[in-house]
Amino acid sequence: MSLFGKRRNVLPGFGLSLGFTLAYLGLIVLIPLSAAFIKASGLSAADFWAAVTSPRVVASYKLSFGVSLLAALVNAVFGGILAWVLVRYTFPGRRMVDALVDLPFALPTAVAGIALATIYAAPTAVAPGGWVGSWLNPIWVDGITQLAELVPWIDWQGWLGGKLAFDRPGVFLALTFVGLPFVVRTLQPVLQELEPELEEAAATLGANRWQTMTRVIFPELLPALITGFALAFARALGEYGSVVFIAGNMPMHSEITPLLIITKLEQYDYRGATAIAVVMLVASFVLLLLINLLQKWSRRYYRV
Amino acid sequence: MAALATTSSTIAAKPAPRGSGPRVIRNPLWVRVLFMGVAFVFVAGFLVLPLAAVFTEALRKGFGAYFGAFTDPDMLSALRLTLLTAAIAVPANLIFGVAAAWCIAKFDFRGKSILITLIDLPFAVSPVISGLIYVLVFGAQGWYGQYLNAEAPALPWLQQWLIARDFQIIFAVPGIVLATVFVTFPFVARELIPLMQQQGNDEEYAALTLGANGWQTFWYVTLPNIKWGLFYGVILCNARAMGEFGAVSVVSGHIRGETNTMPLHVEILYNEYNFVAAFAVSSLLALLALLTLLLKSLVEWRAQKSGA
Repeated sequence: MSLFGKRRNVLPGFGLSLGFTLAYLGLIVLIPLSAAFIKASGLSAADFWAAVTSPRVVASYKLSFGVSLLAALVNAVFGGILAWVLVRYTFPGRRMVDALVDLPFALPTAVAGIALATIYAAPTAVAPGGWVGSWLNPIWVDGITQLAELVPWIDWQGWLGGKLAFDRPGVFLALTFVGLPFVVRTLQPVLQELEPELEEAAATLGANRWQTMTRVIFPELLPALITGFALAFARALGEYGSVVFIAGNMPMHSEITPLLIITKLEQYDYRGATAIAVVMLVASFVLLLLINLLQKWSRRYYRV
Repeated sequence: MAALATTSSTIAAKPAPRGSGPRVIRNPLWVRVLFMGVAFVFVAGFLVLPLAAVFTEALRKGFGAYFGAFTDPDMLSALRLTLLTAAIAVPANLIFGVAAAWCIAKFDFRGKSILITLIDLPFAVSPVISGLIYVLVFGAQGWYGQYLNAEAPALPWLQQWLIARDFQIIFAVPGIVLATVFVTFPFVARELIPLMQQQGNDEEYAALTLGANGWQTFWYVTLPNIKWGLFYGVILCNARAMGEFGAVSVVSGHIRGETNTMPLHVEILYNEYNFVAAFAVSSLLALLALLTLLLKSLVEWRAQKSGA
């Protein structure tokens, strides 16, 4: 910024580049997106409400929002630990693991879906089950039954007696996979910037390691952690490709909202599909706004 | 005292682990082991095993069956369509990304932050909805379909021409390309905008002062400065363009040999219980993903080195 306020910019091409940017943005993104809202506005309020609150649709919201939240939480915990390990510890193959973290961004979701379904498949009469599913599936079935007895005040209906793959846990596995890089990648730069002097000062002042971790380091990481969590949640909410191969897709049980949109489209129920899409779009835009605010907050936070 | 002295001398002799610092700010051994263990199980269960499973399943019936999967004409047409789609979508978004970064990073104007948010919008939209909106615009029930069926349309010659050519967008190649352009829209722009903002305008001003015209300034000054960021954005954009499933699935119509991309072909083969072929096609896509990660890491290490 110059001392005298706005300086005249002598670089050429402003009109051309801005004009092209706005035209391309309008044609590719804004006009098609507005089509969803215009089509939905053609529905009467009662029809719209009926389309977005039918029992099957509500069941899919509950599953999509609930499991996306769970997957984002698991990513916050385990992604946080992974980021810590990648920044703080040395071990052979560290760079490879670091590069591999971005695999969910690079691997097509359909490939991830069939690969996860194969690994976590339960043993059946004709097949031995996948590498993990063959031993983990029985543990899961027993474990969830015992957990339900231990914690009776939570409604475990819908999770009991099911398999890992081709059931609700499959939705969770796929959504955890697609959200994995977000927490790691938002935490890593913050962890790298974290000054060792801070921890030394805490230790000098008599804090033990647990106190330093929870009262000094964790608050420093919190804004980035929440941002990564929100990004993973937003990504999981819209995910389709990997989930359909591993969810079993049972209506009212393991059917996610994006799949329901496709089902309605295949039945030529364009109005129903559009109405649900508008609900999801509004949810996504609210999340996007929230994430922008979070990022502003954490930027201000880390500048100090 | 003696014991303490020896301990400290051995620690000093060994190179300290990166970032571990003095002893007071290191976690106890059991915590470190626990963290490492948890991290490895997480990485193995969600990243290494899926990748390994793709190649193992593809080779389950030997190399003959594996390579046999690539002689299927439907597979070859899926490969061609995927390459064609990426060959249109990536350059289109590359040109857009450079133009958007030029006006956003080099100039000040009102509404800039809104523009940046709007450019990011496609990342916030579910792939399924990305496909749906194009069906709403270009489908038989959509605006395009209404135009084709209109009694007295605007530009009647255009309507005649489109009907005569039977020009379909949805359930045809143009729809697949459009949906792919939408989902890969922000990649190059969001890579270039912060990079060019950080670099500022001084070098461009110098070039202009020395008599270069606008294109020369861009070509000889700006482009060399942003080439690695550009490359980074392009490889990510390309990986997504070739791998997109949800959006393309909605607009493709799944016509074998005509409107199937590679990820859609994987779905068809898998649902037909043709697992070896499904994983063989997947292995190609997985190799593409690995190549993308490799190139991405190389660019990042290069940037770290030049930054240090």
